[in-house]
Amino acid sequence: MPQIVVEGLGKQYRVAERKAGTLGALGGLFRRNYCMVDALKGVSFNIERGEVVGYIGPNGAGKSTTVKVLAGILVPDAGRCEVNGRVPWRERIEHVRRIGVVFGQRTQLWWDLPVIESFELLRDIYRVEEAAYRKTLDELVTRLNLGAILDTPVRQLSLGQRMRCDLAASLLHAPELLFLDEPTIGLDAVAKLAVRDFLRELNHAHGVTVLLTTHDMDDIEALCSRVMVIGEGRILSDGTLDGLRAQVSSERRLIVDLERENGSFEQDGVTVERREGHRVFLRFDPRKVPAAELIGRIASRHAVRDLFVENLPIEEIIRRLYERIPA
Amino acid sequence: MSNALRLYRRFLGISLRAQMEYRASFLMQSLGNFLITGVEFLLIWALYDRFGQVPGWSLAEVALLYGLVNTSFPIAEVLSYGFDAFGSTVKAGEFDRVLLRPRSLVLQLIGQRLALKNVGRFLQGLAVLSFALSGLSFDWSAAKVLLILLALVGGVALFFGLIVLQATLAFWTTESLEVMNTMTYGGAETAQFPLSIYPAWLRTFFIFVVPLGCVTYLPVLAVLDRPAPAGLPDAALLFAPGVAFVFLAVALRAFQFGVGHYTSTGS
Ligand SMILES: Nc1ncnc2c1ncn2[C@@H]1O[C@H](COP(=O)(O)OP(=O)(O)O)[C@@H](O)[C@H]1O
Ligand SMILES: [Mg+2]
Repeated sequence: MPQIVVEGLGKQYRVAERKAGTLGALGGLFRRNYCMVDALKGVSFNIERGEVVGYIGPNGAGKSTTVKVLAGILVPDAGRCEVNGRVPWRERIEHVRRIGVVFGQRTQLWWDLPVIESFELLRDIYRVEEAAYRKTLDELVTRLNLGAILDTPVRQLSLGQRMRCDLAASLLHAPELLFLDEPTIGLDAVAKLAVRDFLRELNHAHGVTVLLTTHDMDDIEALCSRVMVIGEGRILSDGTLDGLRAQVSSERRLIVDLERENGSFEQDGVTVERREGHRVFLRFDPRKVPAAELIGRIASRHAVRDLFVENLPIEEIIRRLYERIPA
Repeated sequence: MSNALRLYRRFLGISLRAQMEYRASFLMQSLGNFLITGVEFLLIWALYDRFGQVPGWSLAEVALLYGLVNTSFPIAEVLSYGFDAFGSTVKAGEFDRVLLRPRSLVLQLIGQRLALKNVGRFLQGLAVLSFALSGLSFDWSAAKVLLILLALVGGVALFFGLIVLQATLAFWTTESLEVMNTMTYGGAETAQFPLSIYPAWLRTFFIFVVPLGCVTYLPVLAVLDRPAPAGLPDAALLFAPGVAFVFLAVALRAFQFGVGHYTSTGS
C-alpha cells in the first residue's frame, strides 16, 4: 500500500467579509458576513515510500492546506486521507510521532531557547532514547553544520541558520516521512544549496519520503523525481518533470551562434525568440520539424559557429501551466 | 507517566527561567496581585464594620467562602495560562506546533507557562482562609477537613474548566472572548459571598449551570452544619464538589471537539 493515500480531499475555510467604511465595521460588530473559500476541491494522489515529490502551484492554490491535512493539523470536509495506514487527525499522536514537518514561514523551535535546549526538549517530547538521540544529533550537527550555533537562542539566528536548525529539529525522532512547506523561502543561494544537498542525502541514505512545496524550480530539478501541480484546489498535473514538459509544451529551444550577426530564419515551424549579438534563440516543435532536419537546414544556409538544443526552462513551463488555470 | 512528569518539569523550568529574566516586573506583578486582592478583603471587612453583616453570616464565615475562592481560583490560573492565552495562540497559528507534537494537548498547554504572578492572590487567599478557620468555632471532624480540601481541589477543577471553555470559543471566533472572561472573573467575584444574598435565579444559575456554588457555598454550608438551600437534600452538600470534576471533564470534551474545527492561519 502507498505510504500516503489521498482521495477526493476537500477543504473549505470560512472567511469573515469586512464591509468597507465605518458603518460597515460597526455592522460587523453585531452581524458578520462570512463567505466560504474552497481551498481544496477534490485532491487525490498516492505517494510511495522513499519518493521525493515536489508540490507546486501559485499562491493560494492549496499547497499548505494539503500539507496541514496530511500533518494532522486540519480536518478536511470531504475525502479520505491515510498516512502510514492511519487517518492523521483521528490518531494524531501515533501519526505525528512518525512524521517530520517544517514550515519555512514559521519556526517550530522555542524562540527564546538556545538551539540545543529546543533539541533536548524535543528529545523528551518524542521520547527518543538517549543513545539514539546522541547518534542522530551528531549526524545532523555534522551534516547541517550546526556546531557553532547550538548555544545561540533561536531568535538570534539568520534565516538560513534557522532553517537548518528547523530541519534538524524535524528529524531528531528519525521520522520515515518529511513534509516541507517552502523550506527554501527567503534563503540565499548558498543556504539553498546546503538544504538541497542535505535533503538529497537524507533520502538516499535513510530512504525518508519527502513531500515538499516550493516556488523555486531549482529545488524541484535538484530533488524531485516527481512533481504534482495544484491550482485552484485541484491537481492539474502529476508525473515526472519531463512528463510535465511534454504535457504543457513539446517545444524545444535551439540556440545558434553565428559567424555574422545577421541572417534570416524565416521558415516553417520555427519562431525566433530573441537575438543577443551573434546568438539567436529559436523555438521549434520537434514533432513538426525534427531537430536533425532543422539543424541540417540551418547549417546549410548559415555560417554556424556553434549550436545546441535545450528544453524550455521549467519556469516557463510552469508559467504556461498556471496561465491555463481557470480564474 | 513518569516521562510526562519529566517533560512537565522541563516545561516548568523553561517557564520559570523566562519569568525570572524579567524578575523586577515579575515581583511587581505578584505584589500588585497580592495588594489588589488584599484591599478587596479589607473592603469587605470595612463594610462589615460599618453596616453590620450579611444576614445570618459572620465575618469569619464569609471569610471562609472568600478564602476558598481566592485559593482555588489562583491555582487554576497558575496552571491554565496556556488555555487563558489560547486565543492569541490560535491567532498566531502557534497551535499548529502543539498539534504536531506527539503529546496530549492538555499537557502541552498546561506546560506552556506557569503563571506565577497569581501566587500573590493565592497567598492572600490562604491568609484569609486561615483567619476564617481560626476565627470559626465549630466542631472539627476528619470529614469536614476532607470536605474543605475537596472544595479547594474542586474549585481548581471548576475554574480550570471555565478557562478551558473560554479557550474552546477561540476555535470559532477570534472575538467576544470577553464574554467568557466576565463569566470566569465575575463568577469568582460572585462566589466570594454567600449565594443567599443573590436573587433565586442567580443562585440556581451558580449551582446548576455554572456550578461555582458547588465548590464554595454548598460545602461551606455543610462545614457550618447548616441546612441545604432550595429543596436540595442535606447529603447533596457533601457530594457537591464532585460536580466540579464532571464540569471539567465536559469542558475538556468540548475543547477536544473544538480541535476538529481548528482552521490554523493562512500565511
Ligand atoms: N486559515 C485560513 N483561514 C482562511 N482561509 C485560508 C486559511 N488558510 C488558507 N486559506 C485560503 O485557502 C486558500 C488556499 O491557501 P493555502 O493552502 O495556504 O495555499 P498555498 O499554500 O498554495 O499558497 C487561499 O485562498 C487562502 O487564502
Ligand atoms: Mg503556502
